[in-house]
Amino acid sequence: MNNVPYAIEMVNITKKFPGIIANDNVTLQLRRGEIHALLGENGAGKSTLMSVLFGLYQAEEGVIKKDGVEVKINNPNDANDLGIGMVHQHFKLVECFSVLDNIILGVEDTKNGILQRQQAREKVLELSKRYGLQVDPDAIIEDISVGMQQRTEILKMLYRDNEILIFDEPTAVLTPQEIEELLQIMKNLAAEGKSILFITHKLNEIMAVADRCSVLRKGKYIGTVDIAGCTKDDLSRMMVGRDVQFAVQKEPSKPGDVVLEVKDLSVASKVSKKNAVDHVSFKVRAGEIVCIAGIDGNGQSELVYGISGLEPVAGGTVRFCGNDITHATIRKRSLMGMSHIPEDRHKHGLVLDYTLEDNMVLQRYFEPEFTGKFGFLKRKNIRAYAERLIEQYDVRSGQGPITISRAMSGGNQQKAIIAREIDKDPQLLIAVQPTRGLDVGAIEYIHKQIVAQRDAGKAVLLVSLELDEVMTVSDRILVMYEGEIVGQLDPKTTTQEEMGLYMAGAKRDEVTE
Amino acid sequence: MLLLIQYTLTFASVLLLVALGGCISERSGVINLGLEGIMVMGAMGGALAMRYLPAGSPAIVIILVVLLAAALMGVLYSSLLAVASINFKADQTIIGTAMNILGVAAATVIVKAINTAANPDDVSSVIQYAVPKQAFLVNMGGFEFSWFMVVTVLALIIIHVLLFKTRFGLRLMACGEHPQAADSVGINVYKMRWAGVLISGALGGLGGIVFITAGVSEWRFEYGVAGFGFLALAVMIFGQWNPIRIALAALLFGMFRALSNVYMGFDFLAALDIPSQVYNMLPYIISLVVLAFTSKKSRAPKAEGVPYDKGSR
Amino acid sequence: MKKNILKNSGVQSLLAALMCIILGVALGYIVLLFINPAGAGEAIITVLKNFLTYSKPATQMKYLGNTLVKTAPLLMCSLAILFAYKVGLFNIGAAGQYCAGVGVALYAALAWNLPWWACMILAMAAGATLGVIVGLLKAYRNVNEVISGIMLNWITLYLVNILLTGVKEPTSPYTFPLTTHAPNAILPSLGLGALFSGNQYVTLAIPLAVILAVAVWVILEKTKLGYELKATGNNKNAAKYCGMAEKRNTILTLAISGALAGLGAALLYLTGFEQWQCSTSSVPAMGFNGIAAAFLGGLHPIGAVLSSFFIQHITVGGAYVDKTMYCAQISDLISAIIIYLCGFVLFMKYAMNAGITKHEEKAAAKLAAKETEKGGNQ
Repeated sequence: MNNVPYAIEMVNITKKFPGIIANDNVTLQLRRGEIHALLGENGAGKSTLMSVLFGLYQAEEGVIKKDGVEVKINNPNDANDLGIGMVHQHFKLVECFSVLDNIILGVEDTKNGILQRQQAREKVLELSKRYGLQVDPDAIIEDISVGMQQRTEILKMLYRDNEILIFDEPTAVLTPQEIEELLQIMKNLAAEGKSILFITHKLNEIMAVADRCSVLRKGKYIGTVDIAGCTKDDLSRMMVGRDVQFAVQKEPSKPGDVVLEVKDLSVASKVSKKNAVDHVSFKVRAGEIVCIAGIDGNGQSELVYGISGLEPVAGGTVRFCGNDITHATIRKRSLMGMSHIPEDRHKHGLVLDYTLEDNMVLQRYFEPEFTGKFGFLKRKNIRAYAERLIEQYDVRSGQGPITISRAMSGGNQQKAIIAREIDKDPQLLIAVQPTRGLDVGAIEYIHKQIVAQRDAGKAVLLVSLELDEVMTVSDRILVMYEGEIVGQLDPKTTTQEEMGLYMAGAKRDEVTE
Repeated sequence: MLLLIQYTLTFASVLLLVALGGCISERSGVINLGLEGIMVMGAMGGALAMRYLPAGSPAIVIILVVLLAAALMGVLYSSLLAVASINFKADQTIIGTAMNILGVAAATVIVKAINTAANPDDVSSVIQYAVPKQAFLVNMGGFEFSWFMVVTVLALIIIHVLLFKTRFGLRLMACGEHPQAADSVGINVYKMRWAGVLISGALGGLGGIVFITAGVSEWRFEYGVAGFGFLALAVMIFGQWNPIRIALAALLFGMFRALSNVYMGFDFLAALDIPSQVYNMLPYIISLVVLAFTSKKSRAPKAEGVPYDKGSR
Repeated sequence: MKKNILKNSGVQSLLAALMCIILGVALGYIVLLFINPAGAGEAIITVLKNFLTYSKPATQMKYLGNTLVKTAPLLMCSLAILFAYKVGLFNIGAAGQYCAGVGVALYAALAWNLPWWACMILAMAAGATLGVIVGLLKAYRNVNEVISGIMLNWITLYLVNILLTGVKEPTSPYTFPLTTHAPNAILPSLGLGALFSGNQYVTLAIPLAVILAVAVWVILEKTKLGYELKATGNNKNAAKYCGMAEKRNTILTLAISGALAGLGAALLYLTGFEQWQCSTSSVPAMGFNGIAAAFLGGLHPIGAVLSSFFIQHITVGGAYVDKTMYCAQISDLISAIIIYLCGFVLFMKYAMNAGITKHEEKAAAKLAAKETEKGGNQ
């Protein structure tokens, strides 16, 4: 075995960025025909390592070998010439192009300067048949499902005859059933002799398909193990360096009065003529965490926009603490006691070029405490308030209240938003993917805060794409599929598999409350 | 009536050429607000060529040299936009605006310097080209056909084919929609955007020379090109970044512009006795109205105006 | 560790502005060399000297007064641009809003014989109205404010020509002079004229413009309104999310910006310094020069005071160059080059910061090396 050279080998790679060492002496060896998992938390250096392999960054130290021969990879073209292809976490697809145009982009065949689309189409159809990757070459990317977009990305690699296929967090956007399908496709590809590098932090998937697994933690290489001889616990210990508590400690909920009542709510879609949210009805009571589960893009974002007032509703009513707020302004809803931890902290949650203290008062700057006579800001009070929140919620930043928010880490930006929204002492807390992109420590902290709000008698509406989070944090689960609520589940009795069926639209109940 | 058609076609040619320039630049991801300045510089290049070509040159030579000079001038000048917005990631709005002011100032200074050098008493910024201009015109029974119209139609066909049928076009549009995707398949985004801006410079320069030869035989460069660069951008938005639709939009706008030149020829319009300034306003008013109804759901390239930085992805 | 003053963003802005000026003037000089090497040096000095070309101090003061008279409107235009820019809007329509201010101020004075303050208010209202149109189109119809601004510039120009034709001299294209036809519309001098060797055009306008610059700074930095507007400019979505009326803010900003530009026109034309030519065929350059002044001033209202003076200084200076060799537009050329270079300011600051970081890292490394050496010796 030792005599067969590795398909690709990265030896002692070190890559530094100002202030941090993203990869510290990392080694990764990929055998021909194997599925090799690369495991690590967010920020462990997986993406950087792949960017080095792809020629997007140059490593300061270390070498890359292909079939035992040292190679230089200076740009994605070099990587492509060496037969390395990658399905990026965020697809690199041009949305207004057809599937076919996306596949051929960069390796187009021409005759007299004119594109030869017919030939390319035949090759794509043949490949899609051979590997069971069903796509419509003439469909426009923005019209097709995420699953088909991913198959387009895989076909992009196959069209280029790539031998080494990298999958960067490919299952994050898929339903459990689609994940099943993808894992099968990966096995088929490996059986055909392709070498696969599978980047993920989901242990179940590694156990299901991988032959071996390499683990990174905080930029350092921890080790490589054979999957056949290890357990999920072994892997998770390698990943975080300690035993992880998967469950969130909490008492059973004691639901009180109805705080939020959504009835027949519809919200128009920005991209198609259909409603993104279609006649949705549900209630959230004081002292319970209701979780909206579902695959990304099934109307969860728009549902929250409708409730929070960011988008006008197309029909139905929203009642909050007994008042009809369907057409109330955002400011009014906020003053009535609605807090909102938004899905995208950079887009909605923060003014990135403002200081931390200015962001801390974003929801309250107009109150007499912060704005005095003639509209002048009371700077002293703003500073004092920000300092209290920073202290109380342990928000870390370089220069305290005067740090420009852009310069803060993602976890601390999120903590700042949570501090601001919780400190308003809301009746209802809407939290949309509050832990996205954060490390384990921050996730634990945020889950605790959310549960604490519930225990203090607040109503919580949580929107999450992470099944683990849905199962552990919520008291009641509503599954959304294509803009409708298709099931109501109890986290104590349901399973991830059952949830998956609802999320994929394979199963539905009439939800009436 | 014939005159109206003639002027409509002429002004539509200008707008179409310049709007195609704006379109190809934006398709590559760079908003070209400097088209106005590029037109001025292109016009100056073409006008100077007409001035210096020896009298009695064959028509074909005049045509080719003038077109080449205008396009080349446009390309050179547009590289100011390219280097600033692509390589130095400058704000494209500021740079475009600076180029518009710079274009008029530079053309004025240069033409005045040339005029003063030739004749110390001449401090005007005027270039005359009554005679060489005839090379472009073919009189067909009262209708002055211009070779510029042929050039415009050719440009339309070339740009359409280039965008939708060639490898270059596919890659160019990918850079304007999703530069990270283009980069990931090995396309050099910077190069493609440079190409987009330079082609737009050539088209803008051509538009400039067509504009200053429309109906007049001399041009005072202090006047610039009266907002035509921006009208062309309105045409481009109305045409939703699609060459064929841009052509139709250009015809419509061209007609309104032509009205102000020829309304005296229509008895009922002349009888209305509306000040000529009102006709001058028409194209701008129309474009405001059109923009108000077409900007809401535009199909603008997604990454336009956003400098591409290899580091961020 | 000693704090590096180069890290201060104010200092960086100043350095960047100086760099733009030096490069702009140098490039202007090169252009002059190309045109006629003989007098280039003298010409560029003439441009920079402006009123100092006169030898008598009294004359110098008088012509300094003239420069200041035209600085006031320029400052107003640059305030208009920078106020909108801070809120994320590029109000290139300031040129047209200025133009509207001219039209309404002069018409109110000459046709209705209104006093100066009423003319001033009407000019502000005219500019604000145009600003509101751009704002409405932007907020509700998603129309790019640059394109709509330019369209309105031309429309306004023609409208003003039509309007002022009613109050022009019968034999020339110019409007009636205020001194003879509407003396009570002339801005009060407050005795300032006497300070500038009896320059009658030096009026209330100049101190008022400076006061307004300070007011703009206070509004942007110290008030709730400024907090809201800048939040809207920096992140429209976040502003909406936290309940600010982001559409109203867009419209309000452009209205204020337009009012500033319109007022600028009143501050010049109500001195009687200039008359409007009713056959004007291009939009007044004042609004566009305001862009140069705003960016050169580092988008800071106080910086704008200095940069407006500088731009106006060289613009007037351009008129003094030797006309047998060069033309006055050389100043416009230099201003335009300076605006172009202002596009690179972000890059310059980035380069400065990168330089400092590198320097500091080196210093830190040296320090660390010394420490270990010491440790080894002990």
